[in-house]
Amino acid sequence: MAVETPQRAPAETPAPREPGKPRNLTGLWFALPFLLIYAVFMIWPILAGLWSSLFNTSLAGGDVEFLGLGNYAEMARDGAVWDSLWNTAYFTLLSTPPLVLAGLGMALLAHRARRTGWLLRFAFFMPFLLPVTVVALIWLWIYQSDFGLLNAAIEWFGGDPVAWINDERTAMWAVVICTLWWTVGFNFLLYLAALQGIPRELHESAAVDGATPGQRLWRITLPLLRRTTGLVLVLQLIASLKIFDQVYLLNEGNAGPITRPLIQYVYEQGFTSYRIGYASAISYLLFLIIIVVAFAQFKIFSAGRDD
Amino acid sequence: MRTRLPLSLLGLAVALVWLIPLAWAIDTSIKPEGETTRVPVTWIPEVFTLDAYGRVLTAGDVPLWLVNSLIVATGVTVLTLAAASLAAYGFSRLDFPGKNWLFALVLAGIMVPPQALIVPLFHQMQSLGLVDTYWGMILPQLAAPVMVFILKKFFDGIPREYEQAAALDGASRLRMFWSVVLPMSRPVLAAVGVFTFVTAWNNFLWPFIVVSDPDLMTVPVGLGTVQSSYGLRYAEIMASAVLGGLPLVVVYAFLQRHVIRGVGDAGLKG
Repeated sequence: MAVETPQRAPAETPAPREPGKPRNLTGLWFALPFLLIYAVFMIWPILAGLWSSLFNTSLAGGDVEFLGLGNYAEMARDGAVWDSLWNTAYFTLLSTPPLVLAGLGMALLAHRARRTGWLLRFAFFMPFLLPVTVVALIWLWIYQSDFGLLNAAIEWFGGDPVAWINDERTAMWAVVICTLWWTVGFNFLLYLAALQGIPRELHESAAVDGATPGQRLWRITLPLLRRTTGLVLVLQLIASLKIFDQVYLLNEGNAGPITRPLIQYVYEQGFTSYRIGYASAISYLLFLIIIVVAFAQFKIFSAGRDD
Repeated sequence: MRTRLPLSLLGLAVALVWLIPLAWAIDTSIKPEGETTRVPVTWIPEVFTLDAYGRVLTAGDVPLWLVNSLIVATGVTVLTLAAASLAAYGFSRLDFPGKNWLFALVLAGIMVPPQALIVPLFHQMQSLGLVDTYWGMILPQLAAPVMVFILKKFFDGIPREYEQAAALDGASRLRMFWSVVLPMSRPVLAAVGVFTFVTAWNNFLWPFIVVSDPDLMTVPVGLGTVQSSYGLRYAEIMASAVLGGLPLVVVYAFLQRHVIRGVGDAGLKG
Protein backbone atom coordinates (compact mmCIF):
# COMPACT_ATOMS: atom_id res chain seq x y z
CA MET A 1 0.00 0.00 0.00
CA ALA A 2 1.16 3.53 -0.59
CA VAL A 3 2.30 4.32 2.90
CA GLU A 4 5.40 6.26 3.74
CA THR A 5 6.98 7.51 6.92
CA PRO A 6 7.87 11.18 7.16
CA GLN A 7 11.51 10.50 7.89
CA ARG A 8 13.42 8.71 5.21
CA ALA A 9 13.95 5.20 6.56
CA PRO A 10 17.59 4.17 6.64
CA ALA A 11 18.52 1.33 4.30
CA GLU A 12 17.24 -1.93 5.80
CA THR A 13 20.10 -3.05 8.01
CA PRO A 14 19.67 -6.02 10.30
CA ALA A 15 19.46 -5.17 13.98
CA PRO A 16 22.97 -4.97 15.37
CA ARG A 17 23.50 -8.23 17.11
CA GLU A 18 25.55 -8.10 20.27
CA PRO A 19 28.77 -10.01 19.59
CA GLY A 20 28.95 -13.50 21.00
CA LYS A 21 25.20 -13.76 21.64
CA PRO A 22 22.97 -15.97 19.54
CA ARG A 23 19.77 -14.36 18.27
CA ASN A 24 17.41 -14.40 21.18
CA LEU A 25 13.74 -14.38 21.95
CA THR A 26 13.43 -10.83 23.35
CA GLY A 27 11.62 -9.66 20.21
CA LEU A 28 9.15 -12.49 20.47
CA TRP A 29 8.19 -11.39 23.98
CA PHE A 30 7.47 -7.93 22.63
CA ALA A 31 5.26 -9.30 19.89
CA LEU A 32 3.61 -12.00 21.97
CA PRO A 33 0.62 -10.15 23.50
CA PHE A 34 -0.51 -8.92 20.10
CA LEU A 35 0.20 -12.24 18.39
CA LEU A 36 -1.88 -14.11 20.97
CA ILE A 37 -4.88 -11.81 20.51
CA TYR A 38 -4.40 -11.97 16.76
CA ALA A 39 -4.27 -15.76 16.77
CA VAL A 40 -7.35 -16.17 18.96
CA PHE A 41 -9.60 -13.46 17.48
CA MET A 42 -8.49 -13.36 13.85
CA ILE A 43 -6.66 -16.49 12.68
CA TRP A 44 -8.77 -18.95 14.64
CA PRO A 45 -12.18 -17.61 13.49
CA ILE A 46 -10.94 -17.64 9.88
CA LEU A 47 -10.02 -21.33 10.17
CA ALA A 48 -13.04 -22.24 12.29
CA GLY A 49 -15.35 -20.51 9.81
CA LEU A 50 -13.81 -22.37 6.91
CA TRP A 51 -14.17 -25.64 8.82
CA SER A 52 -17.77 -25.06 9.85
CA SER A 53 -18.73 -24.02 6.32
CA LEU A 54 -18.33 -27.71 5.49
CA PHE A 55 -20.96 -28.73 8.06
CA ASN A 56 -24.59 -27.93 8.70
CA THR A 57 -23.61 -26.46 12.11
CA SER A 58 -26.37 -24.60 13.89
CA LEU A 59 -26.03 -21.88 16.50
CA ALA A 60 -28.85 -23.57 18.37
CA GLY A 61 -26.88 -26.81 18.75
CA GLY A 62 -28.28 -30.13 17.62
CA ASP A 63 -26.92 -32.66 15.17
CA VAL A 64 -23.92 -31.72 13.10
CA GLU A 65 -23.61 -33.34 9.74
CA PHE A 66 -20.68 -33.20 7.34
CA LEU A 67 -21.78 -31.66 4.05
CA GLY A 68 -18.49 -31.23 2.22
CA LEU A 69 -19.11 -28.47 -0.29
CA GLY A 70 -22.87 -28.80 0.16
CA ASN A 71 -23.24 -25.32 1.65
CA TYR A 72 -21.37 -23.86 -1.31
CA ALA A 73 -23.56 -25.75 -3.73
CA GLU A 74 -26.68 -24.47 -1.98
CA MET A 75 -25.24 -20.96 -2.11
CA ALA A 76 -24.84 -21.19 -5.88
CA ARG A 77 -28.55 -22.08 -6.19
CA ASP A 78 -29.78 -19.55 -3.61
CA GLY A 79 -31.22 -16.55 -5.44
CA ALA A 80 -31.05 -14.44 -2.27
CA VAL A 81 -27.25 -14.80 -2.25
CA TRP A 82 -27.00 -13.45 -5.79
CA ASP A 83 -29.54 -10.69 -5.14
CA SER A 84 -27.69 -9.49 -2.06
CA LEU A 85 -24.37 -9.77 -3.86
CA TRP A 86 -25.80 -7.64 -6.64
CA ASN A 87 -27.07 -5.10 -4.08
CA THR A 88 -23.58 -4.89 -2.58
CA ALA A 89 -22.01 -4.46 -6.02
CA TYR A 90 -24.64 -1.91 -7.04
CA PHE A 91 -24.05 0.10 -3.88
CA THR A 92 -20.29 -0.03 -4.47
CA LEU A 93 -20.68 1.16 -8.06
CA LEU A 94 -23.02 3.99 -7.09
CA SER A 95 -21.13 5.16 -4.02
CA THR A 96 -17.45 4.94 -4.92
CA PRO A 97 -17.21 7.65 -7.62
CA PRO A 98 -18.99 10.38 -5.61
CA LEU A 99 -17.12 9.44 -2.42
CA VAL A 100 -13.71 9.75 -4.10
CA LEU A 101 -14.49 12.82 -6.24
CA ALA A 102 -16.28 14.72 -3.45
CA GLY A 103 -13.42 13.94 -1.07
CA LEU A 104 -10.94 15.38 -3.58
CA GLY A 105 -13.10 18.43 -4.32
CA MET A 106 -13.63 19.20 -0.66
CA ALA A 107 -9.92 18.87 0.06
CA LEU A 108 -9.10 21.30 -2.77
CA LEU A 109 -11.68 23.79 -1.44
CA ALA A 110 -10.52 23.52 2.17
CA HIS A 111 -6.85 23.66 1.23
CA ARG A 112 -7.34 26.97 -0.60
CA ALA A 113 -9.62 28.56 1.95
CA ARG A 114 -7.91 31.00 4.29
CA ARG A 115 -10.21 32.50 6.88
CA THR A 116 -12.97 29.92 6.48
CA GLY A 117 -10.56 26.95 6.42
CA TRP A 118 -11.39 25.75 9.92
CA LEU A 119 -15.14 25.84 9.23
CA LEU A 120 -14.74 23.81 6.05
CA ARG A 121 -12.50 21.25 7.72
CA PHE A 122 -14.96 20.94 10.58
CA ALA A 123 -18.07 20.66 8.41
CA PHE A 124 -16.60 18.09 6.01
CA PHE A 125 -15.05 15.77 8.58
CA MET A 126 -17.53 16.08 11.46
CA PRO A 127 -20.16 13.58 10.18
CA PHE A 128 -17.49 10.86 10.08
CA LEU A 129 -17.33 11.11 13.89
CA LEU A 130 -21.01 10.31 14.38
CA PRO A 131 -22.04 6.74 15.21
CA VAL A 132 -23.88 5.12 12.33
CA THR A 133 -27.06 4.95 14.39
CA VAL A 134 -27.09 8.71 14.89
CA VAL A 135 -26.56 9.14 11.15
CA ALA A 136 -29.40 6.73 10.38
CA LEU A 137 -31.79 8.44 12.82
CA ILE A 138 -31.04 11.86 11.33
CA TRP A 139 -31.48 10.68 7.74
CA LEU A 140 -34.63 8.71 8.48
CA TRP A 141 -35.98 11.99 9.77
CA ILE A 142 -34.81 13.92 6.71
CA TYR A 143 -36.20 11.26 4.33
CA GLN A 144 -39.55 11.15 6.19
CA SER A 145 -42.13 11.38 3.41
CA ASP A 146 -44.77 13.56 5.15
CA PHE A 147 -42.79 16.14 7.09
CA GLY A 148 -39.16 15.36 6.22
CA LEU A 149 -36.78 18.12 5.22
CA LEU A 150 -35.86 16.66 1.84
CA ASN A 151 -39.44 16.45 0.57
CA ALA A 152 -40.12 19.91 1.99
CA ALA A 153 -37.23 21.18 -0.13
CA ILE A 154 -38.43 19.29 -3.20
CA GLU A 155 -41.96 20.64 -2.84
CA TRP A 156 -40.62 24.14 -2.31
CA PHE A 157 -38.92 23.83 -5.70
CA GLY A 158 -42.21 22.58 -7.16
CA GLY A 159 -41.46 18.85 -7.31
CA ASP A 160 -43.46 15.89 -6.05
CA PRO A 161 -42.64 14.26 -2.70
CA VAL A 162 -40.78 10.94 -2.80
CA ALA A 163 -41.10 7.93 -0.47
CA TRP A 164 -37.30 7.76 -0.20
CA ILE A 165 -36.83 4.64 1.89
CA ASN A 166 -39.86 2.64 0.80
CA ASP A 167 -39.70 3.18 -2.93
CA GLU A 168 -37.43 0.63 -4.55
CA ARG A 169 -36.36 3.14 -7.19
CA THR A 170 -34.93 5.51 -4.58
CA ALA A 171 -34.06 3.22 -1.64
CA MET A 172 -30.50 2.58 -2.75
CA TRP A 173 -29.94 6.23 -3.57
CA ALA A 174 -31.12 7.11 -0.08
CA VAL A 175 -28.43 4.81 1.32
CA VAL A 176 -25.79 6.28 -1.02
CA ILE A 177 -26.60 9.92 -0.11
CA CYS A 178 -26.55 9.15 3.59
CA THR A 179 -23.25 7.26 3.23
CA LEU A 180 -21.70 10.07 1.22
CA TRP A 181 -22.58 12.60 3.91
CA TRP A 182 -21.36 10.32 6.67
CA THR A 183 -18.04 8.98 5.36
CA VAL A 184 -16.66 11.37 2.73
CA GLY A 185 -14.75 13.09 5.55
CA PHE A 186 -12.24 10.27 5.73
CA ASN A 187 -11.30 10.55 2.05
CA PHE A 188 -11.30 14.33 2.45
CA LEU A 189 -8.78 14.03 5.27
CA LEU A 190 -6.45 11.74 3.30
CA TYR A 191 -6.52 14.14 0.34
CA LEU A 192 -6.04 17.18 2.56
CA ALA A 193 -2.98 15.64 4.24
CA ALA A 194 -1.57 14.86 0.78
CA LEU A 195 -2.22 18.42 -0.47
CA GLN A 196 -0.45 19.84 2.56
CA GLY A 197 2.56 17.73 1.66
CA ILE A 198 2.95 19.34 -1.78
CA PRO A 199 5.70 21.98 -1.65
CA ARG A 200 4.37 25.51 -2.18
CA GLU A 201 7.31 26.39 -4.42
CA LEU A 202 6.04 24.07 -7.16
CA HIS A 203 2.93 26.18 -7.56
CA GLU A 204 4.71 29.48 -7.15
CA SER A 205 7.29 28.78 -9.84
CA ALA A 206 4.59 27.50 -12.19
CA ALA A 207 2.58 30.68 -11.55
CA VAL A 208 5.65 32.77 -12.35
CA ASP A 209 5.92 30.86 -15.63
CA GLY A 210 2.38 31.96 -16.42
CA ALA A 211 0.43 28.77 -15.67
CA THR A 212 -3.26 29.41 -14.94
CA PRO A 213 -4.79 27.95 -11.77
CA GLY A 214 -6.56 25.36 -13.92
CA GLN A 215 -3.31 24.27 -15.55
CA ARG A 216 -1.59 24.08 -12.17
CA LEU A 217 -4.39 21.88 -10.84
CA TRP A 218 -4.32 19.61 -13.88
CA ARG A 219 -0.56 19.42 -14.42
CA ILE A 220 0.88 19.62 -10.91
CA THR A 221 -1.62 18.88 -8.18
CA LEU A 222 -3.56 15.98 -9.65
CA PRO A 223 -0.51 13.99 -10.85
CA LEU A 224 1.05 14.39 -7.40
CA LEU A 225 -2.13 13.06 -5.81
CA ARG A 226 -2.06 9.85 -7.82
CA ARG A 227 -0.74 7.64 -5.05
CA THR A 228 -3.26 9.09 -2.63
CA THR A 229 -6.02 8.40 -5.13
CA GLY A 230 -4.85 4.80 -5.36
CA LEU A 231 -5.00 4.47 -1.57
CA VAL A 232 -8.39 6.19 -1.30
CA LEU A 233 -9.82 4.01 -4.06
CA VAL A 234 -8.68 0.73 -2.50
CA LEU A 235 -9.91 1.69 0.96
CA GLN A 236 -13.21 2.96 -0.46
CA LEU A 237 -13.93 -0.12 -2.56
CA ILE A 238 -13.22 -2.41 0.37
CA ALA A 239 -15.35 -0.29 2.72
CA SER A 240 -18.26 -0.24 0.24
CA LEU A 241 -18.14 -4.01 -0.27
CA LYS A 242 -18.50 -4.47 3.50
CA ILE A 243 -21.63 -2.32 3.76
CA PHE A 244 -24.22 -3.40 6.29
CA ASP A 245 -24.82 -0.97 9.18
CA GLN A 246 -26.56 1.95 7.51
CA VAL A 247 -28.67 -0.25 5.23
CA TYR A 248 -29.83 -2.32 8.15
CA LEU A 249 -30.64 0.73 10.27
CA LEU A 250 -32.31 2.69 7.48
CA ASN A 251 -34.38 -0.15 6.13
CA GLU A 252 -35.24 -2.11 9.24
CA GLY A 253 -38.78 -3.24 8.66
CA ASN A 254 -39.23 -1.12 5.56
CA ALA A 255 -37.82 -1.94 2.17
CA GLY A 256 -36.92 -5.50 3.14
CA PRO A 257 -34.65 -7.34 0.76
CA ILE A 258 -34.62 -4.74 -2.01
CA THR A 259 -31.44 -3.13 -0.66
CA ARG A 260 -30.19 -6.07 1.44
CA PRO A 261 -26.40 -6.34 1.11
CA LEU A 262 -24.41 -9.55 1.41
CA ILE A 263 -23.32 -9.00 5.04
CA GLN A 264 -26.94 -8.62 6.04
CA TYR A 265 -27.76 -11.96 4.45
CA VAL A 266 -24.85 -13.49 6.38
CA TYR A 267 -26.25 -11.94 9.54
CA GLU A 268 -29.76 -13.22 8.87
CA GLN A 269 -28.61 -16.75 8.08
CA GLY A 270 -26.28 -16.86 11.09
CA PHE A 271 -28.26 -15.09 13.78
CA THR A 272 -31.89 -15.33 12.69
CA SER A 273 -31.90 -18.76 11.06
CA TYR A 274 -29.02 -20.01 13.26
CA ARG A 275 -27.28 -21.60 10.28
CA ILE A 276 -23.62 -21.07 11.15
CA GLY A 277 -22.22 -23.34 8.46
CA TYR A 278 -24.23 -21.76 5.66
CA ALA A 279 -23.57 -18.21 6.91
CA SER A 280 -19.83 -18.97 7.05
CA ALA A 281 -19.87 -20.23 3.49
CA ILE A 282 -21.46 -16.96 2.31
CA SER A 283 -18.86 -15.01 4.33
CA TYR A 284 -16.13 -16.72 2.36
CA LEU A 285 -17.66 -15.54 -0.90
CA LEU A 286 -17.36 -11.93 0.30
CA PHE A 287 -13.92 -12.62 1.69
CA LEU A 288 -12.76 -13.88 -1.68
CA ILE A 289 -14.19 -10.89 -3.54
CA ILE A 290 -12.51 -8.39 -1.21
CA ILE A 291 -9.14 -10.09 -1.50
CA VAL A 292 -9.40 -10.21 -5.30
CA VAL A 293 -10.31 -6.50 -5.43
CA ALA A 294 -7.52 -5.53 -3.04
CA PHE A 295 -5.00 -7.58 -4.99
CA ALA A 296 -6.09 -6.26 -8.37
CA GLN A 297 -5.93 -2.68 -7.10
CA PHE A 298 -2.52 -3.28 -5.62
CA LYS A 299 -1.25 -4.72 -8.91
CA ILE A 300 -2.70 -1.89 -11.00
CA PHE A 301 -1.27 0.85 -8.84
CA SER A 302 2.13 -0.68 -8.25
CA ALA A 303 2.50 -1.41 -11.97
CA GLY A 304 1.48 2.13 -12.97
CA ARG A 305 3.94 3.78 -10.63
CA ASP A 306 7.02 5.14 -12.30
CA ASP A 307 9.25 5.52 -9.25
CA MET B 1 -6.69 36.09 -7.51
CA ARG B 2 -9.75 36.38 -9.73
CA THR B 3 -10.69 32.80 -8.94
CA ARG B 4 -10.30 33.08 -5.18
CA LEU B 5 -13.60 34.70 -4.28
CA PRO B 6 -16.01 32.37 -6.16
CA LEU B 7 -14.08 29.34 -4.91
CA SER B 8 -14.25 30.39 -1.28
CA LEU B 9 -17.96 31.10 -1.70
CA LEU B 10 -18.39 27.64 -3.20
CA GLY B 11 -16.47 26.11 -0.29
CA LEU B 12 -18.64 27.96 2.20
CA ALA B 13 -21.82 26.88 0.42
CA VAL B 14 -20.82 23.20 0.43
CA ALA B 15 -19.83 23.44 4.10
CA LEU B 16 -23.23 24.89 5.00
CA VAL B 17 -25.04 22.15 3.06
CA TRP B 18 -22.93 19.60 4.93
CA LEU B 19 -23.96 21.10 8.27
CA ILE B 20 -27.70 21.06 7.49
CA PRO B 21 -28.47 17.47 8.62
CA LEU B 22 -26.89 18.01 12.02
CA ALA B 23 -28.43 21.47 12.37
CA TRP B 24 -31.81 19.98 11.47
CA ALA B 25 -31.43 17.28 14.15
CA ILE B 26 -30.54 19.89 16.78
CA ASP B 27 -33.36 22.13 15.58
CA THR B 28 -35.89 19.31 15.93
CA SER B 29 -34.61 18.40 19.39
CA ILE B 30 -35.35 21.86 20.81
CA LYS B 31 -38.95 22.02 19.60
CA PRO B 32 -42.02 20.85 21.50
CA GLU B 33 -43.27 17.52 20.09
CA GLY B 34 -46.29 19.18 18.48
CA GLU B 35 -44.12 21.41 16.34
CA THR B 36 -41.75 18.72 14.99
CA THR B 37 -44.22 17.34 12.47
CA ARG B 38 -45.61 20.65 11.28
CA VAL B 39 -45.93 21.31 7.57
CA PRO B 40 -44.51 23.58 6.27
CA VAL B 41 -41.29 23.01 8.18
CA THR B 42 -40.26 25.66 10.70
CA TRP B 43 -36.54 26.35 11.06
CA ILE B 44 -36.85 28.74 13.96
CA PRO B 45 -38.85 27.03 16.70
CA GLU B 46 -41.91 29.01 17.78
CA VAL B 47 -41.40 27.63 21.24
CA PHE B 48 -37.86 26.87 22.32
CA THR B 49 -37.69 24.06 24.85
CA LEU B 50 -35.15 21.62 26.29
CA ASP B 51 -37.90 19.26 27.51
CA ALA B 52 -36.82 16.48 25.18
CA TYR B 53 -33.29 16.55 26.62
CA GLY B 54 -34.68 16.56 30.16
CA ARG B 55 -36.81 13.50 29.48
CA VAL B 56 -34.06 11.62 27.64
CA LEU B 57 -31.48 12.31 30.34
CA THR B 58 -33.68 11.41 33.29
CA ALA B 59 -35.89 8.65 31.93
CA GLY B 60 -33.82 7.22 29.08
CA ASP B 61 -30.75 5.01 28.95
CA VAL B 62 -28.58 7.46 27.03
CA PRO B 63 -26.30 8.25 30.02
CA LEU B 64 -25.77 4.52 30.59
CA TRP B 65 -24.90 3.95 26.94
CA LEU B 66 -22.42 6.83 27.04
CA VAL B 67 -20.66 5.26 30.04
CA ASN B 68 -20.56 1.84 28.34
CA SER B 69 -19.14 3.37 25.15
CA LEU B 70 -16.52 5.19 27.18
CA ILE B 71 -15.47 1.95 28.93
CA VAL B 72 -15.28 -0.05 25.70
CA ALA B 73 -13.59 2.64 23.58
CA THR B 74 -11.05 3.49 26.29
CA GLY B 75 -10.29 -0.18 26.87
CA VAL B 76 -9.82 -0.84 23.16
CA THR B 77 -7.63 2.24 22.71
CA VAL B 78 -5.31 1.70 25.68
CA LEU B 79 -4.86 -2.02 25.00
CA THR B 80 -4.41 -1.51 21.24
CA LEU B 81 -1.72 1.12 21.81
CA ALA B 82 0.05 -1.17 24.29
CA ALA B 83 -0.10 -4.43 22.33
CA ALA B 84 0.41 -2.94 18.87
CA SER B 85 3.33 -0.68 19.81
CA LEU B 86 5.15 -3.48 21.66
CA ALA B 87 4.68 -5.79 18.68
CA ALA B 88 5.71 -3.07 16.23
CA TYR B 89 8.89 -2.44 18.23
CA GLY B 90 9.71 -6.15 18.28
CA PHE B 91 9.23 -6.39 14.51
CA SER B 92 11.10 -3.16 13.82
CA ARG B 93 14.16 -3.60 15.99
CA LEU B 94 14.66 -7.15 17.17
CA ASP B 95 15.57 -10.34 15.45
CA PHE B 96 13.89 -13.55 16.53
CA PRO B 97 13.12 -16.95 15.04
CA GLY B 98 10.12 -16.88 12.72
CA LYS B 99 9.98 -13.08 12.67
CA ASN B 100 9.59 -12.69 8.92
CA TRP B 101 6.76 -15.10 8.42
CA LEU B 102 5.00 -13.88 11.57
CA PHE B 103 5.12 -10.33 10.21
CA ALA B 104 3.88 -11.54 6.84
CA LEU B 105 0.98 -13.19 8.67
CA VAL B 106 0.15 -9.90 10.39
CA LEU B 107 0.35 -8.00 7.08
CA ALA B 108 -2.00 -10.47 5.41
CA GLY B 109 -4.55 -9.76 8.15
CA ILE B 110 -4.94 -6.16 6.94
CA MET B 111 -7.01 -7.52 4.07
CA VAL B 112 -9.34 -9.57 6.24
CA PRO B 113 -12.74 -7.90 6.58
CA PRO B 114 -13.82 -8.33 10.24
CA GLN B 115 -17.46 -8.21 9.08
CA ALA B 116 -16.93 -11.53 7.30
CA LEU B 117 -15.86 -13.13 10.59
CA ILE B 118 -18.91 -12.30 12.71
CA VAL B 119 -20.41 -15.78 12.65
CA PRO B 120 -17.37 -17.89 13.61
CA LEU B 121 -16.24 -15.16 16.01
CA PHE B 122 -19.57 -15.20 17.81
CA HIS B 123 -19.47 -18.99 17.99
CA GLN B 124 -16.06 -18.73 19.60
CA MET B 125 -17.23 -16.07 22.07
CA GLN B 126 -19.94 -18.48 23.17
CA SER B 127 -17.37 -21.17 23.93
CA LEU B 128 -15.16 -18.68 25.79
CA GLY B 129 -18.14 -17.44 27.80
CA LEU B 130 -17.61 -13.85 26.63
CA VAL B 131 -21.06 -13.16 25.17
CA ASP B 132 -22.71 -10.25 26.98
CA THR B 133 -19.50 -8.98 28.59
CA TYR B 134 -17.31 -5.89 28.15
CA TRP B 135 -14.38 -8.17 27.25
CA GLY B 136 -16.47 -9.75 24.55
CA MET B 137 -16.83 -6.32 22.95
CA ILE B 138 -13.21 -5.24 23.55
CA LEU B 139 -10.95 -8.21 22.78
CA PRO B 140 -11.79 -8.87 19.09
CA GLN B 141 -11.29 -5.19 18.32
CA LEU B 142 -7.67 -5.42 19.51
CA ALA B 143 -6.68 -7.70 16.63
CA ALA B 144 -5.96 -4.67 14.42
CA PRO B 145 -2.94 -5.52 12.22
CA VAL B 146 -3.01 -2.19 10.40
CA MET B 147 -2.02 -0.40 13.61
CA VAL B 148 1.03 -2.66 14.01
CA PHE B 149 1.95 -1.88 10.41
CA ILE B 150 1.63 1.91 10.82
CA LEU B 151 3.61 1.93 14.08
CA LYS B 152 6.37 -0.34 12.69
CA LYS B 153 6.74 1.96 9.67
CA PHE B 154 7.16 4.91 11.99
CA PHE B 155 9.61 3.13 14.31
CA ASP B 156 11.66 2.06 11.26
CA GLY B 157 12.20 5.75 10.52
CA ILE B 158 13.65 6.58 13.94
CA PRO B 159 17.47 6.42 13.75
CA ARG B 160 18.97 3.59 15.76
CA GLU B 161 21.65 5.88 17.18
CA TYR B 162 19.30 7.05 19.93
CA GLU B 163 18.94 3.53 21.27
CA GLN B 164 22.64 2.82 20.91
CA ALA B 165 23.34 5.80 23.16
CA ALA B 166 20.89 4.39 25.70
CA ALA B 167 22.50 0.95 25.35
CA LEU B 168 25.85 2.43 26.37
CA ASP B 169 24.17 3.52 29.60
CA GLY B 170 23.12 -0.08 30.15
CA ALA B 171 19.43 0.33 29.30
CA SER B 172 17.39 -2.79 28.62
CA ARG B 173 15.32 -3.22 25.46
CA LEU B 174 12.13 -2.45 27.33
CA ARG B 175 13.73 0.69 28.74
CA MET B 176 14.82 1.83 25.23
CA PHE B 177 11.30 1.23 23.95
CA TRP B 178 9.68 3.08 26.82
CA SER B 179 12.02 6.03 27.33
CA VAL B 180 13.55 6.54 23.90
CA VAL B 181 11.25 5.36 21.13
CA LEU B 182 7.78 6.01 22.58
CA PRO B 183 8.40 9.69 23.50
CA MET B 184 9.65 10.29 19.95
CA SER B 185 6.50 8.71 18.52
CA ARG B 186 3.89 10.91 20.19
CA PRO B 187 2.28 12.25 16.98
CA VAL B 188 1.78 8.81 15.46
CA LEU B 189 0.61 7.36 18.78
CA ALA B 190 -1.91 10.19 19.01
CA ALA B 191 -3.15 9.54 15.47
CA VAL B 192 -3.43 5.78 16.01
CA GLY B 193 -5.09 6.41 19.37
CA VAL B 194 -7.66 8.86 18.03
CA PHE B 195 -8.62 6.61 15.12
CA THR B 196 -8.83 3.55 17.33
CA PHE B 197 -11.01 5.41 19.82
CA VAL B 198 -13.38 6.79 17.18
CA THR B 199 -13.66 3.41 15.46
CA ALA B 200 -14.32 1.58 18.73
CA TRP B 201 -16.78 4.22 19.98
CA ASN B 202 -18.76 4.06 16.75
CA ASN B 203 -18.54 0.32 16.09
CA PHE B 204 -22.06 -0.93 15.57
CA LEU B 205 -22.01 -4.44 14.13
CA TRP B 206 -19.84 -6.29 16.63
CA PRO B 207 -21.35 -4.94 19.91
CA PHE B 208 -24.78 -5.36 18.30
CA ILE B 209 -24.05 -9.06 17.84
CA VAL B 210 -22.16 -9.90 21.02
CA VAL B 211 -24.34 -7.96 23.49
CA SER B 212 -28.05 -8.34 24.09
CA ASP B 213 -28.12 -7.20 27.74
CA PRO B 214 -29.58 -3.64 27.69
CA ASP B 215 -27.29 -2.67 30.60
CA LEU B 216 -24.19 -3.30 28.46
CA MET B 217 -25.31 -1.57 25.26
CA THR B 218 -23.02 1.07 23.76
CA VAL B 219 -24.28 4.30 22.16
CA PRO B 220 -24.60 2.97 18.58
CA VAL B 221 -26.41 -0.19 19.68
CA GLY B 222 -28.62 1.47 22.26
CA LEU B 223 -29.68 4.26 19.91
CA GLY B 224 -30.83 1.58 17.49
CA THR B 225 -33.58 0.74 19.95
CA VAL B 226 -34.70 4.37 20.29
CA GLN B 227 -36.84 4.54 17.18
CA SER B 228 -39.10 1.76 18.40
CA SER B 229 -39.17 2.63 22.10
CA TYR B 230 -39.93 6.34 21.69
CA GLY B 231 -42.51 5.73 18.99
CA LEU B 232 -43.11 8.92 17.10
CA ARG B 233 -41.69 11.41 19.59
CA TYR B 234 -39.23 12.97 17.16
CA ALA B 235 -37.89 15.63 19.52
CA GLU B 236 -36.82 12.91 21.93
CA ILE B 237 -35.35 10.75 19.18
CA MET B 238 -33.32 13.69 17.89
CA ALA B 239 -32.26 14.73 21.41
CA SER B 240 -30.95 11.17 21.94
CA ALA B 241 -29.15 11.29 18.62
CA VAL B 242 -27.56 14.65 19.45
CA LEU B 243 -26.48 13.46 22.90
CA GLY B 244 -25.08 10.24 21.42
CA GLY B 245 -23.24 11.98 18.59
CA LEU B 246 -21.98 15.18 20.14
CA PRO B 247 -19.19 13.94 22.50
CA LEU B 248 -16.79 12.96 19.73
CA VAL B 249 -17.69 16.00 17.61
CA VAL B 250 -16.90 18.36 20.49
CA VAL B 251 -13.61 16.60 21.24
CA TYR B 252 -12.71 16.71 17.56
CA ALA B 253 -13.44 20.44 17.35
CA PHE B 254 -10.67 20.96 19.91
CA LEU B 255 -8.21 18.42 18.50
CA GLN B 256 -8.78 19.15 14.79
CA ARG B 257 -5.26 20.41 14.09
CA HIS B 258 -3.54 17.48 15.74
CA VAL B 259 -5.74 14.92 14.01
CA ILE B 260 -5.02 16.30 10.55
CA ARG B 261 -1.28 16.60 11.24
CA GLY B 262 -1.28 13.11 12.78
CA VAL B 263 -2.73 11.59 9.61
CA GLY B 264 0.23 13.04 7.73
CA ASP B 265 2.68 11.78 10.34
CA ALA B 266 1.15 8.33 10.33
CA GLY B 267 2.24 8.17 6.72
CA LEU B 268 -1.26 7.84 5.30
CA LYS B 269 -0.82 10.69 2.89
CA GLY B 270 0.52 8.37 0.20
